[in-house]
Amino acid sequence: MPLFSPPVPLSWTVTDLTRYLRELLESDEVLQDVWVQGEVSNFSRPASGHLYFTLKDSSASLRCVMWRTAAARHSFLPRDGDAIEVHGAISVYEAGGQYQLYADLFKPAGEGALYQEFLRLKARLEAEGLFAPERKRPIPARPARIGVVTSPTGAVLHDILNTLRRRYPLVEVVLAATAVQGLEAPLAIVSALRNLARLANPDVIILARGGGSIEDLWAFNDEQVARAIAASPVPVISGVGHETDFTIADFVADLRAPTPTAAAELATPNQADLRIELSDLKDRLSQLVQTFYSETSWAFKELLNRLERNSPITRINSDLQRVDELDHRLGAATNHMLQLRRTHLMGLIQHVAALNPAAVLERGYAIVTNQAGQAISRLGQVSSGEALNVQVSDGEFGVRVEG
Amino acid sequence: MSPTKAKNKPSDTARPVVEELTYEQALAELEQIVAALEANRLNEAGQLSLDEAMALFERGQALSKRCLDLLDKAELRVRQLSGENLVDLPTDI
Repeated sequence: MPLFSPPVPLSWTVTDLTRYLRELLESDEVLQDVWVQGEVSNFSRPASGHLYFTLKDSSASLRCVMWRTAAARHSFLPRDGDAIEVHGAISVYEAGGQYQLYADLFKPAGEGALYQEFLRLKARLEAEGLFAPERKRPIPARPARIGVVTSPTGAVLHDILNTLRRRYPLVEVVLAATAVQGLEAPLAIVSALRNLARLANPDVIILARGGGSIEDLWAFNDEQVARAIAASPVPVISGVGHETDFTIADFVADLRAPTPTAAAELATPNQADLRIELSDLKDRLSQLVQTFYSETSWAFKELLNRLERNSPITRINSDLQRVDELDHRLGAATNHMLQLRRTHLMGLIQHVAALNPAAVLERGYAIVTNQAGQAISRLGQVSSGEALNVQVSDGEFGVRVEG
Repeated sequence: MSPTKAKNKPSDTARPVVEELTYEQALAELEQIVAALEANRLNEAGQLSLDEAMALFERGQALSKRCLDLLDKAELRVRQLSGENLVDLPTDI
């Protein structure tokens, strides 16, 4: 009962009474923040996007409405027969004369209803081989372009871009913005994955969403999303929720990262490592060239030594020395020989001198020749009265033979 | 460049200008040059001439500088799919 009441009219109009009822219900704090559980029936979702259904149990029923904006925050739609819990406020639909629950949230009733569905889909896709290790493609070590499928608003994109900027600013990012929760999310994610591969041709795709309840993450347990990941021509890294959250998308993805930031890390090399790698390469290069130099110069010195050993200069010098030596020996030998010759010659001269006929004439002998100049050595060579010539040491004179 | 190619004495003009290489390209060529020099060293007996080795060394130094420059100057480029097009996103995201 309200604390104060307007004056009670003798006769109500329907409108006034209905409004009175509405205000009465809306002033009750309990009724304005209530969870109700029951089974869904008469579910309908007209073009307006609002949801209309009745929640009932064995003995009562409650009309429920959920506006489009609230409905869009949900990742799944209840179906007739589902047991769900609905949160909202009780009020009156005046035109219809009906009190109803204006719902803003619903979730499956009972422990793990969604989880059961998750397990069923997981088992089915696993049996199909969608999670098989041999399906996993390697993530490129240094991607040139990374596709990111996530919500354009919120911390996740910010975290991913910051991580990429810090680790590997050489990479180019192409964002395919998508809803990541709500009824439209699965199809939006599927089309983002397809368009990204078709239009941007990235080397790898990061599929990410921040943490949330199992309902919030439900789009990543959608079968169509799972199949789109499997069909992606480009490797997909999933980074959905927190470290403890596992979604179907994680199982299908080529690589599962525990968080969106971790997905960005797994997709890229760290530039600190790249700088070390570069510095190592540079050191190796310098060392190689130094080695090359020292080996080359060693070989050069070796050649130089061999060249010197075989140099004509060396031979010429050595030959010159030999020539000097020979010259010296030749001189010595020649002198000796000349001396011998001279001595011999002197002996010969003396001997010849001794044989000179002139020397005999000095001793008193004479040489007698006839007119023909023939030396007379026998009697038979001369006749009586013949004129002969007599040569003595200092001249000659004529004589005549007697007898 | 492989050691085999090094023996073919590629002229400097045949190689792309270092300043136009991407990080990936520059790094890949740097790794090849180091491998070429290493292979030559292991082979012993000068497969490369001194001139060729010097040219490779200078090219390698330029490549490593190119890589460092790219890392130093890199700014993450972010674009967004918009319909069938890619449009630039503001850098402050």
